[in-house]
Amino acid sequence: MGRLWGRLDDPTSDAGYDQHPPRMGFFTDTSVCIGCKACEVACKEWNEIPDDGYVLTGMSYDNTQELGADTWRHVAFVEKPVDVSVSSPVDLGMPGSGPPGTGGDPASDESGSDGVRWLMSSDVCKHCTHAACLDVCPTGSLFRTEYGTVVVQTDICNGCGYCVPACPYGVIDLREDDGRAFKCTLCYDRLKEGQTPACAQACPTESIQFGELDELRERADRRLEELHGKGVDAARLYGRDPEDGVGGDGAFFLLLDEPEVYGLPPDPVVTTRDIGSIWRSVGAAAATVAALGIAACAGRGRR
Amino acid sequence: MSPRDPDARVEEFESYYGRQILKTPTWKSPDVPLYFFLGGLAGASAVLAEGAALTGRPGLERVARVAAAGGAAAGTAALVHDLGRPERFLNMLRVVKPTSPLSVGSFILTPFSACAAVAAASRVTGRFRRIGRLGGVGAAALGPPLATYTAGLIAGTAIPAWHEARRELPFVFGGSGAAAAGGLGMLCAPYDETGPALRLAVAGAVLETVATEVVTRRLGIHSEPYRTGRAGRLMKAQRRLTDAGLVLSALGVKSRLARRLAGAAFVADSLVTRFGVFEAGKESARDPKYVVVPQRERLARRTAEQSPAGV
Repeated sequence: MGRLWGRLDDPTSDAGYDQHPPRMGFFTDTSVCIGCKACEVACKEWNEIPDDGYVLTGMSYDNTQELGADTWRHVAFVEKPVDVSVSSPVDLGMPGSGPPGTGGDPASDESGSDGVRWLMSSDVCKHCTHAACLDVCPTGSLFRTEYGTVVVQTDICNGCGYCVPACPYGVIDLREDDGRAFKCTLCYDRLKEGQTPACAQACPTESIQFGELDELRERADRRLEELHGKGVDAARLYGRDPEDGVGGDGAFFLLLDEPEVYGLPPDPVVTTRDIGSIWRSVGAAAATVAALGIAACAGRGRR
Repeated sequence: MSPRDPDARVEEFESYYGRQILKTPTWKSPDVPLYFFLGGLAGASAVLAEGAALTGRPGLERVARVAAAGGAAAGTAALVHDLGRPERFLNMLRVVKPTSPLSVGSFILTPFSACAAVAAASRVTGRFRRIGRLGGVGAAALGPPLATYTAGLIAGTAIPAWHEARRELPFVFGGSGAAAAGGLGMLCAPYDETGPALRLAVAGAVLETVATEVVTRRLGIHSEPYRTGRAGRLMKAQRRLTDAGLVLSALGVKSRLARRLAGAAFVADSLVTRFGVFEAGKESARDPKYVVVPQRERLARRTAEQSPAGV
């Protein structure tokens, strides 16, 4: 059993590997995401993930809706009405929503999107440093790979479903007709062959960047500095901090708004941080039940 | 928003089209809340059975032994039925993980079931008495943790209404289990031997009520799911059943019928409690408010603590 909480620079060694490759991860820079969903398609194709229905949500271009057993990359589309005069001073390459050629004077609105700000972000399993799904899995099906990623062994999983409510990001889920839990493997099979995960390979704008986590963190810091220098003050890194509630994410993000706007929890904490206090309370309550039982029977009266 | 003000709340919050952030637990109803009830009933019954055996109350012992064994067997069946791959239920015993209440619970439930079954079989048939008593002692030792670990199981998730009630829920479940075991004894044991059952049920019901009050009233925004909607209705019904059980118990000092009815009320109360807690957790997963608002408040408090005073 490894460390459950706090900063942990090498979760792979902590999980018991003597020698291992560097920790690999994703840096998803949402400032250059164009919402093409190539990542979603590449992921589904490579991992042979079954169809999960064709549903038009009507809420936005996002008909995928959420991560789940059959969706391991999910592109969120946020359309927020904004005051054009204070919109981003930098053209982030966001597509317009108006009909072509009728946008009028392009100088009035650089993004061509008539007072609507578009945010797109390709969400994925965070491969937490302290992964609740892994810690609570009673079968040992979820494990940490030599790359520091978190993967389900489908031949072990018995579909108990404990990982599902344990995940602070709501990533992993049970596949209904199958009964077992599924989520992103960070293309464990491709990593073993020295290849890039399918989503990163397919991403046309390098919004999804794959590599050694240490290097990605440096790259992200530089990108953040660059955007702040250009006046994009809303840019912030999410899941980058090794001191956060899950010890930092193996897959982290550059966002242009608060995390909850993208459907991400603003301050996630791994549930097993509190496992000690949970066991203490369970033990104290059990002792109370035992004491009540003894006291109840100790009475001499037949009634 | 001052950290000293417990009612301070971020009323406005943002979300992704109002969609939920967490996944709703996939655990089936009635399987899982029923298992929580049966585990509590069985665990506390094992304690009652051993107490009855030691104090010479064979009728009560018999009822409690059968409740312990039957509850554990039926609970295990419900638990296996809930699995996505029931044929792989033995994988639960592949590893021992103290970080997983479900793993630890499997290693409580399995030996408990065996011990309770041996004890009940011996008591009912009158054969292998010594082995039967040994089983009874084992079951009595494992019973209390069996009754309370299931609260640790749900507290060990990211579901706000469960996780933030992690200190109180084991006492809710423990008290509830004692109420159920005592209640069943009051309902089924020979009247002259129901004294311990009544005392256990009343004490359990009081413990359950006190702990439930804290969960439903003192946890700020996390109490809300316990007070509204389906869970709110179940928790209200639970409270009425407890009250009925307590009043009937008082009448039952003189009246046989009142004592039997009180027993039934306690059993029903315990059952309804588990469904109420289960539903409250599901509701708190469905509404992003319960994730975003408290986490925002936590971040605000941290920022306030980190910034120097007066700035």
